[in-house]
Amino acid sequence: MSKDIQAIIATDCGSTTTKAILIEKVGNEYRQTFRGEAPTTVEAPFEDVTKGVLNAIQEVEELSGRKILDGDKIITTVNGKVGVDAYISTSSAGGGLQMMVAGAIKTMTAESAQRAALGAGAIVMDILASNDKRLPHQKIERIRQLRPDMILLSGGTDGGTVTHVVELAEYIGAADPKPRLGMSYRLPVLYAGNKDARGKVKEILDHKMALTITDNLRPTLEEENLMPARLEIQNLFLEHVMAQAPGYKKLMEMVSVEIMPTPAAVGEIMQTIARLNSINVIGVDIGGATTDVFSVIGETFNRTVSANYGMSYSISNVLADAGLKNVMRWLSFDIDEKEVRDRIKNKMIRPTTIPQSLEELKIEQAISREALRLSFDQHKLLAVGLKGVQQTRTIADVFSQEGTGQSIIKMTELDMIVGSGGVLSHAPRRNQSMSMMIDAFLPEGITTLTVDSIFMMPHLGVLAKIDGEIATEVFQKDCLIYLGTCIAPAGQLKKFGQKIMDYKITMGGKTIQEDLHFGDLKHFHLGIGETAEVELNPAKNFDVGAGKGKTYKGTVQGGVVGLIVDGRGRPIEFPEDDQERKNIIKKWNQAMDLYPVY
Amino acid sequence: MGHSYTPGLRVAKRTVIAKDRILPLKGEVVNKIGDLVQRDSIVAKTDLPGNVSTINVVNLLGIQAMEIDQYMLKKVGDSFEKDELIAESKSFIKWFSTQIKAPLKGKIESISSVTGQVLLREPPIPVQVKGYINGKVTEVVPKEGVVVETVCSFIQGIFGIGGETWGTLKFAVKSPGDVLEEANITSEYKDAIIVGGAFADFAAIKKAIQVGVKGIILGGIKDGDLRTILGYDLGVAITGSEDVGVTLVLTEGFGKIQMAQRTWNCLKDREGAIASISGATQIRAGVIRPEIIIPYDDADLSRIEKEVHEAKPVAIGNQVRVIRQPYFGRIGTVTDLPSALTQIESETHARVLKVKFEGNNEEVTIPRANIELIEE
Repeated sequence: MSKDIQAIIATDCGSTTTKAILIEKVGNEYRQTFRGEAPTTVEAPFEDVTKGVLNAIQEVEELSGRKILDGDKIITTVNGKVGVDAYISTSSAGGGLQMMVAGAIKTMTAESAQRAALGAGAIVMDILASNDKRLPHQKIERIRQLRPDMILLSGGTDGGTVTHVVELAEYIGAADPKPRLGMSYRLPVLYAGNKDARGKVKEILDHKMALTITDNLRPTLEEENLMPARLEIQNLFLEHVMAQAPGYKKLMEMVSVEIMPTPAAVGEIMQTIARLNSINVIGVDIGGATTDVFSVIGETFNRTVSANYGMSYSISNVLADAGLKNVMRWLSFDIDEKEVRDRIKNKMIRPTTIPQSLEELKIEQAISREALRLSFDQHKLLAVGLKGVQQTRTIADVFSQEGTGQSIIKMTELDMIVGSGGVLSHAPRRNQSMSMMIDAFLPEGITTLTVDSIFMMPHLGVLAKIDGEIATEVFQKDCLIYLGTCIAPAGQLKKFGQKIMDYKITMGGKTIQEDLHFGDLKHFHLGIGETAEVELNPAKNFDVGAGKGKTYKGTVQGGVVGLIVDGRGRPIEFPEDDQERKNIIKKWNQAMDLYPVY
Repeated sequence: MGHSYTPGLRVAKRTVIAKDRILPLKGEVVNKIGDLVQRDSIVAKTDLPGNVSTINVVNLLGIQAMEIDQYMLKKVGDSFEKDELIAESKSFIKWFSTQIKAPLKGKIESISSVTGQVLLREPPIPVQVKGYINGKVTEVVPKEGVVVETVCSFIQGIFGIGGETWGTLKFAVKSPGDVLEEANITSEYKDAIIVGGAFADFAAIKKAIQVGVKGIILGGIKDGDLRTILGYDLGVAITGSEDVGVTLVLTEGFGKIQMAQRTWNCLKDREGAIASISGATQIRAGVIRPEIIIPYDDADLSRIEKEVHEAKPVAIGNQVRVIRQPYFGRIGTVTDLPSALTQIESETHARVLKVKFEGNNEEVTIPRANIELIEE
């Protein structure tokens, strides 16, 4: 599309809310001008997603004064304040895209298949592999029980094993799972494995399921080729799964470009940020039911979804997996543990409630730290180099031999963390968003932190498909809010109080020269668009990005929160004594100016 | 503005409820439109494909996969009995041949000349869907099931565990604020659905299971007790298939919370009637709430008119339940609905309303997101 575009309306149909944003040309620039939202209407009694879409757009119409709708139709020619140039949409309604993946070897093709599905925006319900230690009948039973929306079958490098792949196809064929939506359509199965097994796989599955064959996602052990499978998954999602959801056929006719699964659109925009700025980025989108983590490290993009970590529907699961002690360690006040458990369960069954009291807000933000931490841990397990790859070693590697499949995320090499989702985007104070992200992701060295202002990354991700320039302009001007920079020397000591770094910060014509002690947390105001020159001299066992004990000099960016110098060590050390722990949490909360009362 | 509404839990003394009684797979529908069905009568049935098990014939016989057909005594689609021979190695002396017997009764699903595996399919598993409530069939979904409608008292719970069951509605406590103690539960409650007031602990629920109580309706339970009953920590509120010996319906939530007077009164009016209850809860997409349906068996089912129940926006004068701290569980009446965003204690800017609580004249400001309507 050309720069003649005057206005675009975009919606994201979430599980509970449909959010619409209007992007308009204002003078010579493109800005996100108005937003509206309405409950999603996939479920009974409405059972038509377009009703929620029209309601959300109607709200935008009322706020903006732009006429967008003509009855149930979107006006797609612009004439002054009437009409828009395009309507685009993403969707995660109805639980998103739920997939099962299968591969010959768990840590090789099955893991690649998992990465392909996740990158396409799916939730992976289970991973089948020939060596997953389950007996054949257990695998078959599992496939039958899960009722996925789609199955991705891979396995074998080209010219490699056929037997294991055919065996998996036999299990899938025997299970003959029925799709989750619609009783009568055939379950889509995508085959992206050894090309030599295509004939046999076709023979076994073609008459029972909607089989599609694409390029092998692991043609050799050294190479992963995920794009063909990812694109095919998104096509199948539209053709088969979405077409079954109430009202989607209508929605598909309304949009100007194909509907994208919400996480795929967010992944698209994350990659755009990383590419434009040549930086390593980690992004997180924490929702009510799931938490998505994205990373773009160098040229490699990875996405994981923690399907059962979220702030409402899945909040109990965060408690179950993190443990109550890990949640309670962030609280500075006394509260009965049983009471906390009951409150968390009540949030699970009434997911749309919001914290009214300060105490409730603190509990909710403590849980979010743990949900983010657990989701990031899961991401690091999958964002790894290829396993099973032959490596050439020299004599120099003798003392530092690393196996294959090491995590590609090195915290000191990370440049930016982007946060999104209600608990981060709508925290009453931006300081709270920055604090939650620092505590959960534990950035090391110098890291910029940002949040999505009003959750418009999905919309911009799909917009990037029709006009990358407009998407980027709006992203930088209206979507990203710079919170500031975190400086964190990585290292560990047994006791608080010992000096771990001295630093010189020059900003606004003034220079601050101080020592940082273990356990300190400091906050300096450095506004949006402002920068500071820093000189950091860490102690010999601490690394601020230049190596242990080595000086770092550079420029850091400000933001709505400012500059945080975090001397709490990595991982953060908590005092064993409960009273001491509460005191230090109060001190940290105060340093970050998190709450009106600590 | 787009529609915004606060969903509430229904408490209706007399209403019309339609229940979908649908098979998991296509099958046979027993009834036709207009039929009167009983809660325990079968309305639809089908056969689920039997379980599959595998035998690696090639490994057992020590042969090549491509030769498998020569050694199979049964072909794809053939039936066999348990212990019947299905494959055998060739030998000049019969005594030396290796024989493979069927570990179960079933049919040959497939024979693979690539993997050497033989898949055996067990006989189909019959599945039946019962009426669940006494009522009239108002719709038939061909090959899938029926819709049964009834005139009844209808109460939605907030959370439950356990599947569909029914029994005589009995009261084991005297008021909605009472705690159901272990001592309250006697053998007179066998096969009954009992109402237990504000709370019951694990000991009381265990006693109910021992006595043979079919279902318990309560204000709340402790999360810790739920964990003990289930044997695991429930992570996501998707329930209904638990097999703990009793169906549990919570009307208010977790903790000790007095049952709403209106809920209590509605149940009390129907004491002694047969109640059908289900603990099935699903908070995510496709919301399912636990329910209590108490049909009026004397109602004229021939004159049932389809009821359209629409979620309504909250209005002044509505009775509401507070569903989050600091006023969690309290019930009151809406007195004001300011339209502007208001800053609350947590510093969040939210749309709020004012509520006057039952029992005293205390009036407080609460985010609209933290109340639910008690709907007729």
